[in-house]
Amino acid sequence: MISESASLAAAAPIASPHAHAGGRVSLVMLKVMAALAPATLFGFWLYGWPAIHLWLITVLFALLGEAFSLRVMGRRALPVLMDGSALLTGWLLALSLPPWAPWWIGATGGLFATIVAKQLFGGLGQNLFNPAMVARVALLISFPVAMTQWTAPLPLGSAGAPDFIHGLQITLGGLGAKSQLDAVSSATLLGHAKTELSRGLDLFHSLAGEHAPTLSPVGARAGSLGETSALLIAAGGIAMIFMGLISWHIPLAMLAAIAVPAAIGHAVDPARHLDAASHVLSGAAMLGAFFIATDYVTSPNTRTGQLVFGAGCGFLTWVIRTWGGYPEGVAFAVLLMNALTPAIDRLLKPRIYGRDRKGRPREPAP
Amino acid sequence: MIAAILSLTLLGAVLGFGLGIAAKKFAVETDARVAEIAALMPGSNCGQCGFPGCAGAAAAIAEGSATVTVCPPGGKALAGALAAKLGISIDLSGVADAGPKIAAIAEEICIGCCRCVKECPTDAIVGAAKQIHAVMREACTGCGNCIDRCPTEAMKMEPVPVTLQHWVWPKPVVTEAEPSWA
Amino acid sequence: MGLIEKFFALLEPQHWGVHPDDHKRPAADAPLRSLPLPERLYIPLQQHIGAAARPIVLVGQSVLKGQLLAEAQGATSAAIHASTSGTVAAIGDVTAPHPSGLPFAAITLAADGDDRWADTGTAVDPFALPPPEVARRVAAAGVVGLGGATFPSALKLGLGLKAEIHTLIINGGECEPYLSCDDRLMRDFATETVDGIRIMLHATGAKQALVGIEDNKPEAIAAMTAAAQGYSEIAIRPVPARYPMGSEKHLFSELTGTEVPADGRTTDLGALVHNVGTAWAVHEALRNNRPLVERIVTVNGGAVARPGNIRVPVGALVEDVLAFVGLREEPARLVMGGPMMGSLLPHRRVPVVKGSSGILALTAVEAAGFDPGPCIRCSSCVRACPVGLLPLEMSARIANGDLDGAVAFGLKDCIACGCCSFVCPSRIPLVHYFNHAKGELAAQGRAQLRNEAAKRLVAARAERLERDAREKAEVAARRKAERAAAKAAEAARSAAASSEATT
Ligand code: SF4
Ligand code: SF4
Repeated sequence: MISESASLAAAAPIASPHAHAGGRVSLVMLKVMAALAPATLFGFWLYGWPAIHLWLITVLFALLGEAFSLRVMGRRALPVLMDGSALLTGWLLALSLPPWAPWWIGATGGLFATIVAKQLFGGLGQNLFNPAMVARVALLISFPVAMTQWTAPLPLGSAGAPDFIHGLQITLGGLGAKSQLDAVSSATLLGHAKTELSRGLDLFHSLAGEHAPTLSPVGARAGSLGETSALLIAAGGIAMIFMGLISWHIPLAMLAAIAVPAAIGHAVDPARHLDAASHVLSGAAMLGAFFIATDYVTSPNTRTGQLVFGAGCGFLTWVIRTWGGYPEGVAFAVLLMNALTPAIDRLLKPRIYGRDRKGRPREPAP
Repeated sequence: MIAAILSLTLLGAVLGFGLGIAAKKFAVETDARVAEIAALMPGSNCGQCGFPGCAGAAAAIAEGSATVTVCPPGGKALAGALAAKLGISIDLSGVADAGPKIAAIAEEICIGCCRCVKECPTDAIVGAAKQIHAVMREACTGCGNCIDRCPTEAMKMEPVPVTLQHWVWPKPVVTEAEPSWA
Repeated sequence: MGLIEKFFALLEPQHWGVHPDDHKRPAADAPLRSLPLPERLYIPLQQHIGAAARPIVLVGQSVLKGQLLAEAQGATSAAIHASTSGTVAAIGDVTAPHPSGLPFAAITLAADGDDRWADTGTAVDPFALPPPEVARRVAAAGVVGLGGATFPSALKLGLGLKAEIHTLIINGGECEPYLSCDDRLMRDFATETVDGIRIMLHATGAKQALVGIEDNKPEAIAAMTAAAQGYSEIAIRPVPARYPMGSEKHLFSELTGTEVPADGRTTDLGALVHNVGTAWAVHEALRNNRPLVERIVTVNGGAVARPGNIRVPVGALVEDVLAFVGLREEPARLVMGGPMMGSLLPHRRVPVVKGSSGILALTAVEAAGFDPGPCIRCSSCVRACPVGLLPLEMSARIANGDLDGAVAFGLKDCIACGCCSFVCPSRIPLVHYFNHAKGELAAQGRAQLRNEAAKRLVAARAERLERDAREKAEVAARRKAERAAAKAAEAARSAAASSEATT
């Protein structure tokens, strides 16, 4: 008889399929980072050493926060760190900070993102809200001054740009060191427009000169690392769509939902409303549409759900920018829609073969 | 003053009424729950749990005076099902359970005394006096009541063999991934 | 389709399924070979869905090739025949080609090497036979669905006759990667297959047959088109290569444009789906009176030295087949069937059965085993699922022991196609979770039935005891009454006597 030979398979049988498409989580994260790299490097060049220092600090503390949480839970940190998700969270957070912000902004943000916004929820895949955006909003509320001090671009190598040491001083010394460079402090396009509007100045006057919106796409204006070059961010995002990492649904819906109301608003009252192009090309709209809102964990599962989600993010962004207390609304909009994601997922499930949308068996065709 | 008294009285009445209704509703639910739990129990009324029959055990489980592991023939599987029904989580890893068992008769030593036949709650044992008895596998609930009755120790509890038709994929064991970038 | 449905369909075109590397060539292009007759064949009694066949031969009996070894028993079952001539060496357990490694009953045949056919009677024109007689002959030949589901074909033909179907769908999709047995069959035996399809049309009363073949098999499409020339009722329909195109319901939808309702069958819509291999087996059964005793098996995988398609007698060991094609390296995984839905083999000493479409000896790289990570909710699985399920939600619930929750998400509609696990970047064994949950639910169902049966038995016993008691009481009462009556009579008599005495 041939039944006697004991086998390993019987102890731990492996289920089908016995093949795989080849994807890995770490690979996915790596590709996203690659897509993010051009815009980041451009930002480094634009804002010089302080930006590089801040980016390093933010990423480092995001990783430290993740490792710390895992160790507290008695798990090995290295395997989880290797999936790259904490690194990406820190990276995205760094891109949304004022590039010359002091080190403790990056450090607190990085720790907050991974410890509170991610691991406290149960780690990768369990967090309801986008960790980078949670950290950004927490920072904005806790340290409004440091989070709204923007600097005009001062490209590496240009006259007056801080060198490595000076950059370190700016990042570590914070406001004190920066005050020597008073001349460079500036405001973002959206921030400027909002301030001037609240002072009663209409956009025709306030946007003349250095804040001309036309400079937005190439990035030659104040903003965070990820806000400066809308075009490079969009290029990275489109590359992600072609790599099959994300689908076009969220970015397109989000940008359209910013552009359409903006265009209408601008048509109705150009003195109070920025035009669609400025809205789409400035602030974190591009970064949000391609890299933040498309976060797998916190966005809906189905195409339809993703369209709804993206549209919601875009529209809320425009609403907050126009009427809210803050000049920029992407982070808030994304967080609000994150909260709605479970509901969207529940309502917009895919239709099951042979059933209608409610799950009842279909009537046989006549 | 009077208004306050009146409103408080009214409030009391309404709340009392509500509580009364809730209590009634709750009572109905308990009954339904006992029935649901009883449906899960083996139903052979073997008495090994110490309660008068499966219905008694079900009632005790429903009101919390018995644990979900009270039924020996039901074993781990039943305990798990009961815990799921009650919405509680229990650690069953400590519960020793070699899987379901049913009675089997060693035919060489059976003397055909009929004592086990009389004991079986589901009439799962067939046999007449002076003839070798047999257990009908499908009808035996594994309560074990017959074991002690046998004068020749021909009765034994044997594990139900796993067959291709009854084999169930074990739950996947998830181990922590090893570091890798590829 | 309602307006809302149309709107959703516009937003979310059903891009179901996946496009795995098909790895079909060069194995598909290698000429068909035959396995040298092994010394021993282990012919299982259960090679089909339903009840195992009942052996009708004795140990030591000599049998001829094609002789009936075990007859079908019960409503759903299939006959088993000898795959070669020889002696019955044993009837007992062998390891099943199943991941559990559990045994099942088989007849061991010691081959005499002559491979002599039994006299199976003379062939008649199948078109002169009434349809039920065709189905009977198909049943007698032990033909089962050769696509893998192994449902007894005769029953299906009878079902078609009863349901008054109008279309026969012949599944030549062969969407599983690595496999090419159907491809090879259609290339080499196109005429026979087409003849089998015509017989099946006759047996079911269907008006037309649609043969769906994935467009990655141009040679098979050409061969079948040529063979079907002149038979207007048979249409060869190339379909796009996409996994799982060979799923019965998906092929049906692709060819007819309608969906099979959940809980329904294609026969409800007037169509019956059969595999191409089954058509060939029907041809063999009716034209040549040959029962199903051999099949074409694809032997493939990175560890195989000379991959290709082999004619293998039912009951040959996987070991024999692998020895014939040679191994280049020690395989990391042995699989019976295709890589997407095939089952892991516990070891090599398991028999080839009627439903074995392939034997894969996969290298570690091909098998792609990795430790799973947490779900990142990337929704790759949602997009891949051909049924429209949410694998991530179902598996999360099963992992938490919430089987009912998984059922609410549609677990029972899952066809275990493996698309979700195939694409999951976290390598979560989604199908394993679903297998576990389905098995658990089935076990719970069985336990429930058992409990109900036990309760009925307890009630019956209580009634019996009560009846016994009542009868005993009645008997006792009657006796008592009789005694009382007798006493009364006695008393009366003595009274009469005494009164007589006094008077
Ligand atoms: S195995 Fe089930 S859940 Fe996964 S893709 Fe196939 S049908 Fe969908
Ligand atoms: S493919 Fe895997 S990681 Fe992605 S959502 Fe599905 S289960 Fe989660």
